[in-house]
Amino acid sequence: MADTVIIGAGPAGIGAAEVLCASGLRPILIDEGARAGGQGYRRPAAGLALDMGRLMGAQAGKYAALHRRFEALQRRIDYRSRTLVWAIEGRQLHLLHDGRAGTLAFDKLLIASGAMDRVAPLPGWTLPGVFTLGGAQLALKDQGCLIGSRVAFLGSSPLLALAAGQYREMGADIAVIADTTPFPAKVAALPGLLRVPRTLVRGLGYMGASLLAGTPMLHGVTPVAVQGGSRVEALLLRDARGRERRFACDAVALGYGLKPETQLADLAGAAFSYDPDFRLFLPEIDGMGRAGPDLYLAGDGVRIGGADAAEASGALAAHALLADLGQPQDSEAVRRLTGQVERLRAFQRGLARAFAWPKAQIAALPDTVMLCRCENVTVGEVRAAMNKALGPLEVNRVKAMTRCGMGRCQGRVCGPALQEIVASRVGGDGAAAGRLRGQAPVKPVALAAAGTAA
Amino acid sequence: MEAPMALFRRVAARAGRPVTLSFEGRAIRATSGDSVLAALLENGALIRRLEFGREPRAGFCLMGACQDCWVWSAEGGRIRACTTEVGDGMILSAEPQLPAGSDG
Repeated sequence: MADTVIIGAGPAGIGAAEVLCASGLRPILIDEGARAGGQGYRRPAAGLALDMGRLMGAQAGKYAALHRRFEALQRRIDYRSRTLVWAIEGRQLHLLHDGRAGTLAFDKLLIASGAMDRVAPLPGWTLPGVFTLGGAQLALKDQGCLIGSRVAFLGSSPLLALAAGQYREMGADIAVIADTTPFPAKVAALPGLLRVPRTLVRGLGYMGASLLAGTPMLHGVTPVAVQGGSRVEALLLRDARGRERRFACDAVALGYGLKPETQLADLAGAAFSYDPDFRLFLPEIDGMGRAGPDLYLAGDGVRIGGADAAEASGALAAHALLADLGQPQDSEAVRRLTGQVERLRAFQRGLARAFAWPKAQIAALPDTVMLCRCENVTVGEVRAAMNKALGPLEVNRVKAMTRCGMGRCQGRVCGPALQEIVASRVGGDGAAAGRLRGQAPVKPVALAAAGTAA
Repeated sequence: MEAPMALFRRVAARAGRPVTLSFEGRAIRATSGDSVLAALLENGALIRRLEFGREPRAGFCLMGACQDCWVWSAEGGRIRACTTEVGDGMILSAEPQLPAGSDG
């Protein structure tokens, strides 16, 4: 008999596994990481003198509880850490563990693949010392390191102030917190956010704490460049009044909200449609997370909702899976989880509107800016290719012509910016630019390892 | 050789077995549990130079997604520095090394 497989051991995957175990199943839980918890609730290796309670702040209780629950769960599931799922063909997963390839058949598949930062390129963003905002937090949570001693936070996200607060708490100087969204635009989005007032208050608390500490916090900035010879030396911006401002720093954290890691859902056959609030193509799911026959999607890997929504949506998708197996439905639990997931995801949708992806700034980037970090393709090369292209323009065509998005990250980093540059040429919203299709292997796999699976 | 300037700054001590690895012929001291990337950036090493144009790179996403922190081991395989733990005696380089005896 084949099995029920969960991919991803973050809050969504753990939430799903708990529900399945409670109904007598023994799911296989596959995770690329060495330790469960996903990115947000990442637990450092033993021996690191890091006060996670202090670092996690208001989330400390949930962080500790999730790891306690996972420990209790571990004996009741088949947990496979450090295992990459690099392809899905029919009812078979292709795995890589310790450099060795293998396959695994499944009956039902629940993908909880998590999210990564969405970033907008700017001149100098490939310099050593520029990291994603999530990366800056992981350096701290996973390794006990700061990405620099004087750090600038740039992007558009409430997490800029949160991460800056964590960095300041751990002894970093904060050069600036610079958000590309104008302040009035954020205020205008507040009615949507008030649906979850406690989270809102926490968000404002982060900003207040930053202001109290005298950290410059700018709204409505236009990024000009990260400056430096062989590493970061300064961040150059134009403020909301158009004045150029230079902030000396030795590191920059970039974050424009999160984007779901949807490559595996793509390979598993999920349909995608364009979401105008997030300006991303996202897998289509029903109210419980069903994405196709025997395919379930949960957590930030399908809809950005944060850790609580991820956990609830994992449990909800597991209830869907159980119902599809013919088990009696716990309708009270389903109703409660559905409400929770809808409310939290609506809040994140409000945040995505309030902290806007700076599409106009991206469309206006100078030709010289590096767009694809992997294949070294500039914005100008993409524009030149679009000038030469015959027939309808869309991202996959531009990718084939320029190699932008074809490198080893598979467009995870440059994809959203590429989409805006193509969309600004073809007119219309991001939907008009088309969707970068996922390809196996979803992450680079040595040919020798892939060969052992054949 | 110019004095190495660390990118990462350690703010939480790590207790564990001391580990020595080599990167580009330079000895890097780390502690068991450190990622290769943290060990290198804490010691002022850069991760790699881009195949095109030779610009320095030092990782970006730190969560195994961007693939911008590959280094090469003496055995010829590549290692994603942000998600690989240090091992004692690791011999790493910024670029793939030709097998011994090759006149490449």
